[in-house]
Amino acid sequence: MKNYTNAFKDIPGTTVFDATQSRLGYHLNMFCMALMKAENRAAFKADERAYLQRFPMTEAQREAVLGRDYNRMIELGGNIYFLAKIGATDGCSFQNLASKMTGVSEDEYRAMMIAGGRPAAGNRSRSDPAR
Amino acid sequence: MARIIAGVTTSHVPAIGAAIDNGRTQEPYWQPVFEGYEFSKRWIADQKPDVVILVYNDHASAFSLELIPTFAIGCAESFAPADEGWGPRPVPVVQGHPELAWHIAQSTILDEFDMTIVNRMDVDHGLTVPLSLLFGQPEAWPCKIVPLAVNVVQYPPPTGNRCYSLGKAIRKAVESFDQDLRVMVWGTGGMSHQLQGPRAGLINREFDTQFLNRLTSDPEGLAGLPHLEYVREAGSEGIELVMWLIMRGALEADARELYRFYHVPASNTAVGHIILENPGARPAKAHS
Repeated sequence: MKNYTNAFKDIPGTTVFDATQSRLGYHLNMFCMALMKAENRAAFKADERAYLQRFPMTEAQREAVLGRDYNRMIELGGNIYFLAKIGATDGCSFQNLASKMTGVSEDEYRAMMIAGGRPAAGNRSRSDPAR
Repeated sequence: MARIIAGVTTSHVPAIGAAIDNGRTQEPYWQPVFEGYEFSKRWIADQKPDVVILVYNDHASAFSLELIPTFAIGCAESFAPADEGWGPRPVPVVQGHPELAWHIAQSTILDEFDMTIVNRMDVDHGLTVPLSLLFGQPEAWPCKIVPLAVNVVQYPPPTGNRCYSLGKAIRKAVESFDQDLRVMVWGTGGMSHQLQGPRAGLINREFDTQFLNRLTSDPEGLAGLPHLEYVREAGSEGIELVMWLIMRGALEADARELYRFYHVPASNTAVGHIILENPGARPAKAHS
């Protein structure tokens, strides 16, 4: 199992949601799940910090949510399908979230996708020569 | 006896659903995507399936981290569209086929697949976007649906080989169901896409093309593709493609490719769509 999970670590810019991440991010992801209800979205928007206190997550996870730092949330165990519910609550498109995670403007990200997306060449392995 | 007449695979990008629901299908960005499904809409109107076994993944809608079934079959009378954070999609409630679903559950469990039986489940874009793509915007969906949810969120998801074998077990189950039904199996999700982290936006046309080719010509070999290769080549969410192998396993070995469509991009994703017909499949007119 160790070999199975470690093999994915060679892929750059990618976090596989394995058992370690799932345990780390349980409460963060369950907070996101709560945002599927309109009343919880309203409570979160009214006072984000207070709402986050209802979930036994770490202070670092709360800070990442408040800062909408999606890469940090993923590092701390967040899964993108769960985190997308924060984006939905904010009224952000998935492309907007993707642009945040890739450090470009939404227009640049959209243009990259229209031009055929991020190529696999150079992005397969941490040891790719192009990197 | 029930019979599997055809298989369909398609991506299930949520933005496609939003484009349909908001009347934006004729915008220049979206028009080529929907044009790629025009043939399929005419085809399925002729085929008139009685039931679609719809293989999809839930995106943290019905299943959170509290409960993560690898294979979950919907046995309820009906399934409501899920609220995924912006209100449910304005699409018809999905009508199930409890008799067939229970039959498949029992048959596959006795065939040593440990299925989870679900009697209450809201269905998200993974299931409803494919229905919209093939059936448009009807008042009611024109056939019954058996939802089959596959975990591809929490690692490890099922292997491609397990999915392929489950497809074969589903075929056996359908063919032993004592009602005269025209059944389709759909596999959804994919193709190459990555939604997370600094590598988001990955698209791999070469991989996708090979996958589409091998789905018909070399399913046994394709079933052996390890998870690592899906993630490396098709992006982290490209792992959804294992679900297409359930469709393939449910079709006969010599099924033929009737139609194929591929387009980049729909939002963050490469759209792939294929129709496979079983040999001897007859249009609905000849059948009734």
